[in-house]
Amino acid sequence: MAQPSHSAGGFRLTIPQATRSQRWQVLRRSATFWVGATIVVIWVVFAIFGDFVTPFDPLGTPADVLNRLEAPSGEHPLGTDELGRDVLSRVLAGARQVLTVALAATVLGTIFGTALGLVVGYAGGIVDEILSRILDAFLSIPLVITGMLALTALGPNTLGVIVVIGLVFTPIIAKTVRAAVLSERQLDYVTAAQLRRDNGLYVLFVEILPNVANVIIVEFTVRLGYAIFTVLALSFLGFGIEPSIPDWGLMIAQHRGYLTGGIWWPVLFPALAIASLVVAVNLVADSISQAFE
Amino acid sequence: MMGRFVLRRFGLALITLALLSVLVFIGTQLLPGDVGRRVLGPFATQESVDALNARLGTDRPPLVQYTDWIGGAVTGDLGDSITFARPVTELVGRALINSAKLAALAFVIVVPLSIWGGILAALRRGRLIDRLITVGGLSATVIPEFVSGIVLILIFAVTLGWLPGTASAPRGSGFFTQMRHLLLPAICLTLVLFGYIARITRAGVIEAMEADYTRTAILKGLPRRVVIRREVLRNALLPTIAVVASQMGYLIGGLVVVEVLFSYQGIGQLLYSAAQNADFPLLAGGVLVVGAMFQGSMLLADLAYSWLNPRIRLAGSG
Repeated sequence: MAQPSHSAGGFRLTIPQATRSQRWQVLRRSATFWVGATIVVIWVVFAIFGDFVTPFDPLGTPADVLNRLEAPSGEHPLGTDELGRDVLSRVLAGARQVLTVALAATVLGTIFGTALGLVVGYAGGIVDEILSRILDAFLSIPLVITGMLALTALGPNTLGVIVVIGLVFTPIIAKTVRAAVLSERQLDYVTAAQLRRDNGLYVLFVEILPNVANVIIVEFTVRLGYAIFTVLALSFLGFGIEPSIPDWGLMIAQHRGYLTGGIWWPVLFPALAIASLVVAVNLVADSISQAFE
Repeated sequence: MMGRFVLRRFGLALITLALLSVLVFIGTQLLPGDVGRRVLGPFATQESVDALNARLGTDRPPLVQYTDWIGGAVTGDLGDSITFARPVTELVGRALINSAKLAALAFVIVVPLSIWGGILAALRRGRLIDRLITVGGLSATVIPEFVSGIVLILIFAVTLGWLPGTASAPRGSGFFTQMRHLLLPAICLTLVLFGYIARITRAGVIEAMEADYTRTAILKGLPRRVVIRREVLRNALLPTIAVVASQMGYLIGGLVVVEVLFSYQGIGQLLYSAAQNADFPLLAGGVLVVGAMFQGSMLLADLAYSWLNPRIRLAGSG
């Protein structure tokens, strides 16, 4: 399936890209964007200031085991967990763990992926082919399983989760950036820069990078959604989180055995928190992709 | 030329699989450092660690270990599991049969449902039902399986008592009892897949409806129903087929979480317990099989797509 070549003609048809202000207008009028962004901002605020606003100490020190598994009441609006800790406090404080880990992993993957994609797209040839094969190999195993495998090998810890997700994202993001660089490389400004004999790295990072920024922003928001999903699945499975830290996935895993006894509050509320965060992040990602592409 | 395309695609799958085996080998036999020590823990004597390493063959040079492992894999021997003391292939095979039952039920529910949903959304484009299907589908897709699973268990197993909250039916139960137990986990998987397949179907239908051949058919005076069935669906469902087949990989990842949540003895649960027990031979073999199945299904998806699409099937022959 060879692509037909358009290089024969003296001029090429360029489709005018939407300007920055036009893109913002599309985004500003999108209801899904605002709904998603509002929820995300609320969780970010709790992640940053959680310690100051929670009614009780989320770590539950000293342990209040006499009041364990209490149903929601005036004192504990969302009840208490198996160690007598306030569920509301732990749900609010739990936003920090998932958001920092997912954000760090996505930033890591985006930086490496962008650098790799720029170089590969510009260099092309054999490097390009190797990247594609490595990407395919990585993508043959679901991210959750890759994470399980790596964390078993390295020993479970939060840093491991960040590195593993970041590393798997690297070739995925690189491939997207590479495709964008390939289409930029044909444009006149790059040819002009090359004729001026600008340094290759200069052309890449100063001339091409700003023009593929849109692609990177879209990719970043989409990946962030996947990262949150994976971080939570791994913590639900018990990989990579220290047990005392308030974490939504871990809260569900620790308390799901009580469900059949009718004790639903330590499970349902973190589940709702997860649902609201992932749906919100994906609404934002979806509206950004629609506005930017 | 179909033959050359098949051959090239098959070669690529093999190369990818070889790369994957190297990655899995690094992950399970190099990264852990002293495998025997990792399995037995910090308090085991050095002699027992050495004995285990000798038995597992992890005291040999990496290259020998790898060629031995991959040579065995090609002939269907992936070594023995440490925790279960049984051949890995046997354990993986049995778990895959269980997972296949669950996956089959999920596919039987999700494929017709999501294709119907996608067509409906496309035909009512921009209206309320379209927004409901696309935004609702996207939301259901991104919510982790253990979250939707917990809510389903809470509603249908704990509160209403309609369906069992665990997936494993008692030994020797009939087909319908087994399916009843699998219904909640299958709905979990359905929720995730629905939005994705519906979205692709919707995009395909919209594209086909705007195509020239559809316009021609309408202008020819064919009834709307006939146009949709004969022109639109036949073209729109092409990408959908490829997407359905390519969801295998997701499905296995989703199975880990769903099977752990519903305590079901499938491949996901097996990999999970292998990871928990640092059972590296089982983990390596299981992940390799999963990767091979994924490559196989992608290969089938590509072949089906190109066979159905004459533009690819006949490309290069002119």
